[in-house]
Amino acid sequence: MSVDKRRPVLLAACAAALAMTVAACGSGAPAKAGGALTVWVDATRVAAAKQYQALHPEVKLDIVSYDGDANGSNYLQTKVQLFNRTGKGWPDVVFSSQNNEATWAVDAGFAAPLDKGLVPADTLAGFAKGANDVCTVDGTLYCLRNDLSQAVLWYNEPLMKQFGYTVPKTWEEYQKLGEKVAAEHPGYLVGDAGDSYTPEIYLWASKCEANHITGPKAVTVNTGGEGCTRMAALMDGLIKNRSMSVSGVFSTDFGKNQAAKVLLMPGPAWYGGAVFRDTLKTAPKTIGVAPIPQWQGDTAPATGNVGGGTWLLSKHSAHQKAATDFLTWVTTDNAYQGEKAPGFPAYAPAAENWLKAQAAAGYLVGDLGALKDASSQVWPGWGSGQFSQESVWAATVKPGLTQGQSIASLLPAWQDSIVKHAESFGYKVSS
Amino acid sequence: MTATASPVDPGRRRGGAGRSRAGLAFVAAYTLLLVAFGAVPTCYAIWFAFTDAGGGFTGFANFVTTARDFRFADSVGHVALYLVCWLLSLVVFVVGLALMLHRLSSGPVSRTLRFLYYIPGALAGAASVLVWLFMLDPTVSPVSALLGALGFDTFGQVIAPGNLPVLFTAIAFWTGAGGWIVVMYGALDNIPQDVMEAARIDGAGAWQTAWHVQIPMLRKWIVYMVILAFAGGAQLFVEPQLLSLASVGVAGRDYSLNQLTYDFAFQLNNVNGAAAVSMELLVVSLSAAGLFVARSGFFDAD
Repeated sequence: MSVDKRRPVLLAACAAALAMTVAACGSGAPAKAGGALTVWVDATRVAAAKQYQALHPEVKLDIVSYDGDANGSNYLQTKVQLFNRTGKGWPDVVFSSQNNEATWAVDAGFAAPLDKGLVPADTLAGFAKGANDVCTVDGTLYCLRNDLSQAVLWYNEPLMKQFGYTVPKTWEEYQKLGEKVAAEHPGYLVGDAGDSYTPEIYLWASKCEANHITGPKAVTVNTGGEGCTRMAALMDGLIKNRSMSVSGVFSTDFGKNQAAKVLLMPGPAWYGGAVFRDTLKTAPKTIGVAPIPQWQGDTAPATGNVGGGTWLLSKHSAHQKAATDFLTWVTTDNAYQGEKAPGFPAYAPAAENWLKAQAAAGYLVGDLGALKDASSQVWPGWGSGQFSQESVWAATVKPGLTQGQSIASLLPAWQDSIVKHAESFGYKVSS
Repeated sequence: MTATASPVDPGRRRGGAGRSRAGLAFVAAYTLLLVAFGAVPTCYAIWFAFTDAGGGFTGFANFVTTARDFRFADSVGHVALYLVCWLLSLVVFVVGLALMLHRLSSGPVSRTLRFLYYIPGALAGAASVLVWLFMLDPTVSPVSALLGALGFDTFGQVIAPGNLPVLFTAIAFWTGAGGWIVVMYGALDNIPQDVMEAARIDGAGAWQTAWHVQIPMLRKWIVYMVILAFAGGAQLFVEPQLLSLASVGVAGRDYSLNQLTYDFAFQLNNVNGAAAVSMELLVVSLSAAGLFVARSGFFDAD
């Protein structure tokens, strides 16, 4: 009796049919100038748009809230494809929590080039080193990075003191500490391997070449390399002795059973607010920040990255000047990025201000310099392709992990799945 | 011979003509909507399936391309396994529950049960799945003790890939079976009382009456249910899609053929490939329906 509820067989065709019908009636021209500036933001960035509106009452702003493509929903891409068919409807400026939007938005003719006269070069020079790499396609910049999500090592300072441990500087020390914790304080954790972005925290930081985007449609995938295998072995050992959780930090069971058991937690810059303060409800003046550990013998520091939003400007916008003003303000102005933004700003001067604001807010404990140092230490051998590494990991590796398989044993399946997904998007894969 | 007055009252005739016009108007409106939102999109999808992005004729190229996709065979297997679980459970439990309900006669217990069975079906499909996402998470589920007894301590363990056909069957059954139970109950009510009485006089017990009298007389309703359930089941989409979102991808966003179709259209920007897979689903569903109808004598006069 529920046939109708599960009847999207012709969804794509119906949507396309409707879209084409509307297109036949439409002119295909961009919206007329003089209308409101349409800005699409996720729930978190609504505050930014509202703040801009309050500071710029002369600008007509139409703020539209959407999911920000969270968890790779592809909402923006889906809508842009439909707008492309109807010839209208594109937002002027859009925020996305995904780093790979430029990879399809350029192909789809949606993203406007920003470094060809729209945003001044000296403004662009203020962004942290490598921050806008994910926005650059064939040497042209198509989006601006909202925040950086460089991974650091978060730790519970009172617990570390109580247990008499020091924060590990190398992965080898981290592994030994995990073994000590398992033996001396069973139940406490030095990390978690249960999130879909786990490879971006651990394997990226270990220089695992599972996602080396070498060109617009080229990727190198080698999960059998030392960077991958040594980190897989480390994690497998800690998972086995239960000092590393296979539940993710946002899962209900983690919040219920393990929120108070986090001793250490490698994770991105936004963990301080989003995970420890808001999700796990860790008390103020408890969580400190240290550099992500390095492998002994490595000469240059390396860390991973988890997300960090981007802002795109529509090529079809009839309000390019107003849109550019908004885009520049929301990514660089201290009023938002330096003081209100929840994540580490990609624009370096705003990041300085943000760090001061964080220190003044007093939730985190100790020196926050590790966040700044890590912002320029993200290993460049891992890119943002059109296919989702997080989806591949979640569907290929995580079910096995839940059922007790080791990461090391799942590396070949992970490789196979990445290659297949990359090829389905037209990537030339080398290994 | 003198002319006689027409046996039909002119007033009634006018009323009949009015009803006829009203009937035609309703049928016309339905036909118009069917053409606009059924026939035209289907024809458009067929055109998409046999053309490329530029509108050029490609023959079966889109069918070949999608069939060679590394996810296609897995999706076919997933949907086939789900259909087996779903159709079997539907036929066995719906017919069984309807028979038991009918045995309770038409007292208040029966009426209450029929109402309770129908409630889940009244929920929108997506809402039903969301209820199940809540039920399947041992941390928050009201039946966490039961999940724990079955060895499930975390949501990740519950939604392990091997459990998905059973989970989707349970969700679909909970959502859709209640309505069918009510329909079967109505069909059982329509079995002439003298037939039941004859069975009773011949010494048939409850089981023999059900097996030899009631179930054979429900045959057409069962076939009707199977045809619609097959079509709905082959189009599995909402359950795996929401589960995929809730599990942040663990359940896989390409579990079913319809999810694959969605991915082709909106992730790979291959609307033509998506239409090809849709056509395959349509052909399979129509073929299955034709087979069921032909083998069951669905349209035979009683």
